[in-house]
Amino acid sequence: MHLDLNTIWFILVGVLLTGYAVLDGFDLGIGALHLFTNKDEERRVMLNSIGPVWDGNEVWLVTGGGALFAAFPNVYATAFSGFYLALMLLLAALIFRAVAIEFRSKRPERWWRQMWDVSFSVGSIVSSLLIGTALGNIAWGVPVDANGEFAGTFLSLLSPYPLLVGVTTVALFMMHGAIYGVMKTEGELHDKLRGWAMGCIIFFVICAVTLTMATLLYVPHMAARVRENPWLFSVALANMLAIANIPREFHHGNDGRAFLSSCATIVTLMALFALNIFPNLIYSLPNPENSLNIYNAASSPKTLGIMLVIACIGVPVVIAYTVCIYWIFRGKVKLDRMSY
Amino acid sequence: MDVLTLSRIQFGATVAFHYIYPPLSIGLGIMLVLMEGAWLRTGNTLYHQMARFWTKVFALTFAIGVATGIVMEFEFGTNWATYSRFVGDVFGSALAAEGIFAFFLESGFLAVLLFGWDKVGRKLHFFSTCMVALGAHFSAVWIVVANSWMQTPAGYHIVGEGMHARAEITDFWQLVFNPSMLDRLFHTICGAWCTGAFLVVSVSAWYLLKGKHLEFARKSLKVGLTMALVSTLLQTVTGHKSAQGLEKNQPAKLAAFEGLYETTSNAPLVLVGWPDEKNEKVIGLFAPGMLSFLTHNDFHTPVIGLNEFKPEDRPPVTPSFLFFHAMVGIGFTLIAVASLGFLYFRKGTLHERRWLLWILVFSVLGPQLANQLGWFAAEVGRQPWIVYGLMRTPAGLSAVVKANVVLTSLIMFTFIYFLLFAVFIYLLNDKIQHGPDDADLIPSGKLALPTKN
Repeated sequence: MHLDLNTIWFILVGVLLTGYAVLDGFDLGIGALHLFTNKDEERRVMLNSIGPVWDGNEVWLVTGGGALFAAFPNVYATAFSGFYLALMLLLAALIFRAVAIEFRSKRPERWWRQMWDVSFSVGSIVSSLLIGTALGNIAWGVPVDANGEFAGTFLSLLSPYPLLVGVTTVALFMMHGAIYGVMKTEGELHDKLRGWAMGCIIFFVICAVTLTMATLLYVPHMAARVRENPWLFSVALANMLAIANIPREFHHGNDGRAFLSSCATIVTLMALFALNIFPNLIYSLPNPENSLNIYNAASSPKTLGIMLVIACIGVPVVIAYTVCIYWIFRGKVKLDRMSY
Repeated sequence: MDVLTLSRIQFGATVAFHYIYPPLSIGLGIMLVLMEGAWLRTGNTLYHQMARFWTKVFALTFAIGVATGIVMEFEFGTNWATYSRFVGDVFGSALAAEGIFAFFLESGFLAVLLFGWDKVGRKLHFFSTCMVALGAHFSAVWIVVANSWMQTPAGYHIVGEGMHARAEITDFWQLVFNPSMLDRLFHTICGAWCTGAFLVVSVSAWYLLKGKHLEFARKSLKVGLTMALVSTLLQTVTGHKSAQGLEKNQPAKLAAFEGLYETTSNAPLVLVGWPDEKNEKVIGLFAPGMLSFLTHNDFHTPVIGLNEFKPEDRPPVTPSFLFFHAMVGIGFTLIAVASLGFLYFRKGTLHERRWLLWILVFSVLGPQLANQLGWFAAEVGRQPWIVYGLMRTPAGLSAVVKANVVLTSLIMFTFIYFLLFAVFIYLLNDKIQHGPDDADLIPSGKLALPTKN
């Protein structure tokens, strides 16, 4: 593998989307778990555990989308116009979820809060499901014509394998969110979240095992690179170990380390995904020669170079103050009058 | 309706709705910096109370701005895929830069601005407020860069032919500082400042009318009216510069704004009027020679008319003309309103003039309308091009998206946005009726500690 600008941008877009999955993953997960409790106070604590950080987390998706547009405009254009209805649904889900966080606690009425609680939760679940299904379609392959345009339909995107990836994503984010919740809460809610987290871990492990089997049986090209380069099996191994480490740390009461293991699970899953699709960005099925890859879909080398300079200036600064902000808001959530 | 019309309606409607909020974030951002700055400078806790109250309003507008902003980023790809392929190399860079330099800054420090009151010291909190405002301004910079490139493309060359032609960057700084970018940026930002200032003015005038929160209202008016006057006056300068740039860069747009068909020296400026497209003239009141003077600083220099352009290259005249003139009209009215308000406020007799207070209450609509109309004029005036001179609007559509699909999403957005707007107005009204919190007169947490010098 030759490290040219196109490859660097493949990695950078991957890093942005992985950042999104790790960060927004836990607040989407908190959203999915939101309706598990009936108590207003507990719902508020869960909401405020992600309160200061959720919109910063969502910026990773926005920037990832922008980077995809800039670095691989053909992929952006084909995927976004091809997945039109799915993306419109995703937008609706993201809108409802975002405004629900802001609106919910502004009024005391029960129906009001219930309405936005449901929006928040359903929006979070649907967003996770759709994002996962989109990745599943990229893995499985979608029909692309000779002009590089999507040649399938909305319903063709909802086939079993992509949906399985979608459900696995929901499970993964629920587990991730539950562990984050355990870390940020105390008292009764903390114990409840601990119970849900165990359930989510089991749900995720079942999904992950099913998905792994399905991939090996039905989507052999998604394991091709690891098959050809056995040393890459270390990534798969790291992924197993990260998953296995979650209940272990949990058992010992190391919530923070359980959360880090959950982050590592997401990172290694994304790495496996990226390793196996590389150098394609949209794999074309049934005509692999129409696939959009990091060369035929990319911007000019000059643009990729300029963008790399922008990323080298911007990303370290972003990471620095993001870390500071997480540091300021570290520790257990306490409700005060500025809270949601 | 065909897919072109539907896609244009959808993009226009979603961007118009979105654009209610970013100017508020930018404008209120600046107001928050002024208020919190005044608190740190004077130690008057009334300013602290103001900053806290307006922070809550800011949070509300910000959330909707973020939620509706993601839609915009997606829509280039969903509805305008061919355009996206054509401009991705250039336009995508600006969007990505916006994400990295603006959105992260804004949303990151927003956490401290909203939730950090009791957690961090005064200086760090003020710094965060400044960063949020700066981030909001940066996002205006990059989005205006991107849009201005569509108006006056520069720093690129076209590679490939037919279906595979696309614009590629040749000079990044030429692309960023394309001919119309700076003028349009100042005009946009100034418009946003007006929006924030008049919201503060409007709410404060309401409190004076109702005899509530008087001290709070007076202090807010002082900051709000000053900012309103400064930014409306500045807006005439930036507007003038923008129009002069138009004459150079997009003469067809300027001619459509003024309904000027024949190239004429001593070109008149339309003060009030209605374009008559059939007879190719404008009926109304004119200031003779003023258009020539304003664009060239000379009464005799000719201004290019629409007849110099083939009919298929002309923007639609009536809407361009009306949007533009309505914007200008509102702009000058706002100057008058801000001046009167400021004058009587300085005299100390503003609270006696209830008619003026009522005008101030409704003045909040002025900048919002002018912002919308200004963008309508800018975008309709660019037609029939999606990228001026390079790509026509119908050519930018997605190849695979059908009309019924766009109709579905258009209906969805209409429903969601009406709901959002209703809830926004309801909650905003709720906040205003509730008024500032007296507990905010006493800073709490680490903010209560005196600043160390």
